[in-house]
Amino acid sequence: MECGEVSEIEESDGMWYLCVFYHRLLDYRKPEVESLARLFGAFDSDEEGRDHLRWKIPDDHHPDSPFHFVHLPSEEIACRVANRSILVKGMYELWGEGSSYEELEEAIRSYPDERKLPYLAPGSTFRITVDCFGKVITFQEQNDRIQSLSYIPFGGRVNLKNPEHKFWLIETDDYGLNNGLPPVVKRRIFFGREVGGADRKLLPTYQLKSRKYLGPTAMDAEMAFLMANQALANPGKLVFDPFVGTGSILVAAAHFGAMTMGADIDIRVVRDGKGPDCNVWSNFKQYGLPMPVGLLRADNNLPPWRPGLKEVFDAIICDPPYGVRAGGRKSGGRKLLKGVVDPYTVPDDKRTDHIPSTAPYSLVECVHDLLDLAAKMLITNGRLVFFYPVLREDESQLSQYPEHPCFKLISATEQILSSRYSRVLLTMVKVSTYSEEIELAARVRHMEFRENHLKWLEDGNLHTAVFSPADALSTAAASAVGKIKESKPKYRGKYV
Amino acid sequence: MRLLTHNMLSSNIKGVANGFPLRIVAEKVIEKPVEMNHDFLKNMFAKLDWKAFVDASRSLGYVELPDEADASMLESSEFLNKFHHALLELHLEEGALVCPETGRKFPVNKGIPNMLLHEDEV
Repeated sequence: MECGEVSEIEESDGMWYLCVFYHRLLDYRKPEVESLARLFGAFDSDEEGRDHLRWKIPDDHHPDSPFHFVHLPSEEIACRVANRSILVKGMYELWGEGSSYEELEEAIRSYPDERKLPYLAPGSTFRITVDCFGKVITFQEQNDRIQSLSYIPFGGRVNLKNPEHKFWLIETDDYGLNNGLPPVVKRRIFFGREVGGADRKLLPTYQLKSRKYLGPTAMDAEMAFLMANQALANPGKLVFDPFVGTGSILVAAAHFGAMTMGADIDIRVVRDGKGPDCNVWSNFKQYGLPMPVGLLRADNNLPPWRPGLKEVFDAIICDPPYGVRAGGRKSGGRKLLKGVVDPYTVPDDKRTDHIPSTAPYSLVECVHDLLDLAAKMLITNGRLVFFYPVLREDESQLSQYPEHPCFKLISATEQILSSRYSRVLLTMVKVSTYSEEIELAARVRHMEFRENHLKWLEDGNLHTAVFSPADALSTAAASAVGKIKESKPKYRGKYV
Repeated sequence: MRLLTHNMLSSNIKGVANGFPLRIVAEKVIEKPVEMNHDFLKNMFAKLDWKAFVDASRSLGYVELPDEADASMLESSEFLNKFHHALLELHLEEGALVCPETGRKFPVNKGIPNMLLHEDEV
């Protein structure tokens, strides 16, 4: 069904939809829907302060359940959100639910006819799909369940391939005990009409293993699309990645129609590639996407933007180098920046091919420069979306993310990468314009942040923490905390 | 490198007060057709330094742009076509960007400007 093909009896103040998620990247699911809801106009402009949707979960379900109810203003918005998303398996108008088939029948029978009949009309085509979460049922059982719905007066013809109306019968079973935590789902049966769902075919198309030109830190396609959704990438917008590498994040933004621009300090990743048709440009060409409007070699520490240039980018999306897979570099030699040696004067005849020295670029500094750049160069309400590493041993740091007076944090979603560390995708929105006072205030806040995080964010420490032998680390952590941590039931939900 | 990028860059060598606009030394200029997006053009028009943009387009050999422009001209499709062509379809493939104050050349190879500074310029 095309978005916008809406029945006349749509409620003007919106309604609740059943939103079923893929059971993965649990933290990322609701923020994605909320970002897309904003993109497609679910929040009235006069309610600018509000940027959260109303959510409910079915009775006795855990927040990590794939089943949620979300309140959206119209079916058109629900459809567009679901179709653009990566993690929404389906968005449904719920006709009934229950913990048994008897309860389900009662609920469907009492669902208003004026909402049901338009989709049951003779001459229309439909399909019923049976889906299960937490168990597998046979083809015969699926058929029996479909037959049991005979009390619904379907008037149309069945069309399995390309029906106008898609109905879903979704059954969940008790998910069992979860290491002492509440079960994710309790037995529940839902029946609803599909409004939209993610096009996961995108992912095999864009998967990294078919990508021509890859670097060691290329962003996985699913995550790149999620980042582009968090950034509200859309046609007519300009998206910038200051650590563009092989362009894997910009490819996702370009897929959604945004104009893209990227910079990197390392020319090998930006330009040379592995031949004339194996470089960043070819990664766009491979998918028939428009080329980036600009690629340049530049240092995020000393960005070459002209004075007075501001508010040009609609979004900045990046995965800054934080020293685990690849470390950041900035201009100027290590000794030069410490003041140990005077600058090396490059002889005039060697200037053209001179390769300037670089120094390590610590994460604190990198994040400060990124926030400063974003504060200047993003439009108001523009979004900054970037990954930030978190050591899992030190839980006190979990909620301490970098801050900037121009930005409001919208979501922080964790992806656990190992037992040692996670990365958190931070989505921030620019809420006030940049000024000199703000620059000063940002510097003060940055210094406080640096003070608190210096010991592990400085060059190399994160790498050590992630890769050092477990014993050394746990002893160090235990002595730092002053007590040995009690072993807790390990909840693996976020690993999926 | 498109002229959009050129319009955003300046020489950020230490001590340089006026690094914008960078003078263009063109060795190879190519044209690549790009689909027009009106919203994007309107967005970018407001951000451009028009004089620097016109001068840059002339140094690439494109002389169709007027010396002055205001937002009302975006209604004219003739103007939009020229603006679109100069902003997004002209590429400086090989050449250099020259700092107006020091004369330092930032090379442009395969369409990518190298804005990195040497040790004595940081």
